[in-house]
Amino acid sequence: MEYEVVVGLETHAELATVSKLFCGCSTKFGSEPNTQVCPVCLGMPGVLPVMNKKAFEYALKAAIALNCKIREYTNFDRKSYYYPDLPKNYQISQNYHNLGVDGSMDICVHDRVNRIRIHNVHLEEEAGKLIHPEEAGADYSLVDFNRAGVPLLEIVSYPDMRNVDEVESYMQTLRKILLYTEVSDCKMQEGSLRFEASISLRKKGSEKLGNRVEIKNLNSMKSVLKAIEYETKRQADSLDRGETIDRETRLWDEVNEKSARMRSKEEAQDYRYFPEPDLLPVVIDAKWLDEVKVTIPELPLARKQRFMEVFKLSDYDTSLLIEEKILADFFEGCIKIVDRPKAFCNWITNDLLREVNDRKLDIHHLPIRPKQLAALVEIIEKGTISSTIAKEVFSEMIQTGKDPQAIIEEKKLAQISDEGFIEAVIVKVISGNPAVIEDYKKGKKNALTFLVGQVMKETKGKANPKMVNELVQKKIDA
Amino acid sequence: MRLFEYTALQIKEKIISGEILPVDLVKQFIEHIKIIDPHVQAYLNLHEEDALQKAAQIQKRIENAEKVGYLAGVPIAIKDNICTKGLTTTCASKILRNFIPPYDACVVKRLKEEDAIILGKTNLDEFAMGSSTENSGYKITRNPWNLEYVPGGSSGGSAAAVAANLSIMALGSDTGGSVRQPAALCGVVGVKPTYGRVSRFGLIAFGSSLDQIGTFTRDVKDAAVLLQVIAGHDIHDSTSMPVPVPDYLREIDSGVRGLRIGIPKEYFAAGLNEDVHNALKDALRKYEQLGAKVVDISLPHTEYAVAVYYIVANAEASSNLARYDGVRYGYRTSKSNGIVDMYCRTRSEGFGNEVKRRIMLGNYALSSGYYDAYYLKASRVRNLIKGDFDVAFQKVDCIVCPTSPVPGFKIGERAKNPLEMYLSDIYTIPANLAGIPGISLPCGFSKEGLPIGMQILGRHFEEEKLLQIAYAFERETDFHRKKPVLKFSPTQKE
Repeated sequence: MEYEVVVGLETHAELATVSKLFCGCSTKFGSEPNTQVCPVCLGMPGVLPVMNKKAFEYALKAAIALNCKIREYTNFDRKSYYYPDLPKNYQISQNYHNLGVDGSMDICVHDRVNRIRIHNVHLEEEAGKLIHPEEAGADYSLVDFNRAGVPLLEIVSYPDMRNVDEVESYMQTLRKILLYTEVSDCKMQEGSLRFEASISLRKKGSEKLGNRVEIKNLNSMKSVLKAIEYETKRQADSLDRGETIDRETRLWDEVNEKSARMRSKEEAQDYRYFPEPDLLPVVIDAKWLDEVKVTIPELPLARKQRFMEVFKLSDYDTSLLIEEKILADFFEGCIKIVDRPKAFCNWITNDLLREVNDRKLDIHHLPIRPKQLAALVEIIEKGTISSTIAKEVFSEMIQTGKDPQAIIEEKKLAQISDEGFIEAVIVKVISGNPAVIEDYKKGKKNALTFLVGQVMKETKGKANPKMVNELVQKKIDA
Repeated sequence: MRLFEYTALQIKEKIISGEILPVDLVKQFIEHIKIIDPHVQAYLNLHEEDALQKAAQIQKRIENAEKVGYLAGVPIAIKDNICTKGLTTTCASKILRNFIPPYDACVVKRLKEEDAIILGKTNLDEFAMGSSTENSGYKITRNPWNLEYVPGGSSGGSAAAVAANLSIMALGSDTGGSVRQPAALCGVVGVKPTYGRVSRFGLIAFGSSLDQIGTFTRDVKDAAVLLQVIAGHDIHDSTSMPVPVPDYLREIDSGVRGLRIGIPKEYFAAGLNEDVHNALKDALRKYEQLGAKVVDISLPHTEYAVAVYYIVANAEASSNLARYDGVRYGYRTSKSNGIVDMYCRTRSEGFGNEVKRRIMLGNYALSSGYYDAYYLKASRVRNLIKGDFDVAFQKVDCIVCPTSPVPGFKIGERAKNPLEMYLSDIYTIPANLAGIPGISLPCGFSKEGLPIGMQILGRHFEEEKLLQIAYAFERETDFHRKKPVLKFSPTQKE
């Protein structure tokens, strides 16, 4: 039988605030265990949460960027479950009045724009981390609460995705939006961006949704896609055998690339949500909403479309440019100085990205500024250096952070356009290669290219190639 | 007069003037406590050394004519569900037997800043759940007026301490009457401020939307003095309100002429003890003599208050008490097999029966499929109860009613019947549900010689007016001056 896969995603993104959601502790990643904790995030008796306004605004920003309806009144709820990494054994989250609801995000798959609906966006606190000792037979586990209380954004999509390409695009687009709005650093390897998928199958053409299976423990986008493929096959096989799919939660085993049952629907937790009495409801008035709205930059898809329209760049080029906000910003910085979009696009997507990869540079701390690349392009346009020399200069700029003009002067790389000098070199080359001249006269036209090359070699590539071409031609035709 | 019989206002003047030395005062208190408290059992922990040290410090500063705080040298007792940095804070629960908070509650910090001297931590019903202080995991506190009677609860230790001269004042907490009811039963003044008036930071939560720290004092003026110190916004408690704190003593003498006092008919219905009823009638007559107008009012949703309370409070408690799991602090079972077993054993062994009962009731009310019928419905009825008060306060300046339906009950009398125990708070619970302030002050004695409390309720943040109305009565009466005569020979221990 032919089936259609139906996928919805739950995304957790740690917000990039300096301090935690309900206390002043640092959110820095990778510190010694339990060094970024206080009575509040440890859930000690008698302590109370106080909302981090910045975290709330970040969440608000993301909700607006995801086209959510923002409730004027929002509040927090306690979600109760027992787990040693959850200090209070309840998590302050949102359930009855989510911050943002009924949103949407456009994704682009095979050049087609597809709208995925967002069920809700809400803010909650992160849990700590269990550390299981490696020694065999250990009868204990340790808990690190550094992460407990870090602000966490949860984005719940509708089951609007129908294949892995859409899921991949959804994850990539969402990641970019969170990066563009600067609300999360989205470092998957540090766990600051995580996905959970719910997957169901239905007969092709059917409207009715099948029983959904939730998959947890997906550590990378790759795992998400693999898990969906695995799960699609598993469910299809089951259905083909005439079995029914149980509503359950399964854990993804990354090593064996398999999913296994974690708990059935009957075992599902009863979270006993009720309004958090320790926090006041948050009222979002029009003024505040406007203040947050203006901090939202142009989002990736809109930017891509604008780049294509205004700068006449290709779909492929713009995709590369907008991949990282910092690159697109860099591009726009250059454009403001010199209007050469194609040239900058090439420099950024080819040379700059190559240097970044080769030298393993942090893209957020580039050693050069748009002003410097613009200067380089201007120098090339003026004919001061050839494009070959320009690559050398660029590489030097990345290494030293110096201005192109300074490098050219220091290394005496300026193009030679002195006719007398070039002619003298040509004469020397011709006199040293009488056989080549003979060949040329016999009609071997590529002998000319050889001579030009020799002249360029003599001048260490600095001679103006156009002039060399003309003068060599003139000389041997004479 | 012995030193420990003075009020805070009197003692603080004598300390500043040098007439009384703080160290002598603390010594007298400790001596007195050591004789009396074995019979009353008000304290869980005495902080003799800390108190003496602090007293010596203050004494030195006074001698050097240095600046001292508003409560310089005044001894105070703290209910043991309020965190004191470096001092055990148990909530009278075995589960927190060894818990030493690394922080002070906001109120404790403010008391320390004003140079009050903390004598010790007082007994309570475990996690403040009870109306008799019989539910303590450690000891049963007795009513100083008659040692066979309960002191009320849950702040029974604090109430008994003030009544028996074991402290000049004390702090308690009031979730459904836990300050006002024991104040009434012990014949002292108890104030439950408006929800949001006093920071809850460091008060170990029971019912977070109801809890409020309150005061126990020997008279109304001392209540004003103590409230002055602890009231006001705190950035660590989002539910504490940034409302200015007035000078509570400034208008306290203004009397009640022209004020309208509301009498809710629902509070004078069947079940009200005759002695209590008569004492209240006399009090109202007194108020009329003083120029107030007594008006009949109705609070029609009163009959639902106890039911609503036991859903809301227990639901919040079930969640607030989830953190006592043996993972990070407090009691942990000695042997267990896996994490779930550790949780179960720790909590089974650490909590007492009443606490377990409420956790179960609370979890039930919040569980999926029951939430709407219980918690949500209770929240809606709670709003109706609030509405009753809003309507009433459009007509009257305050409401006067009994604090407790009975003058007291004997130890063990109600312990076997939780429902009967829950009804002890029938007149105090509505103020917590509505978040309004209330005060209980002595207004008479029963035939058995037990004190009777009168409760005055006011509008949100109108503690000043409540104190004024209470003081107008106190000024004209002597009930607050009567002291219990402890019925045991001072040398004999039980």
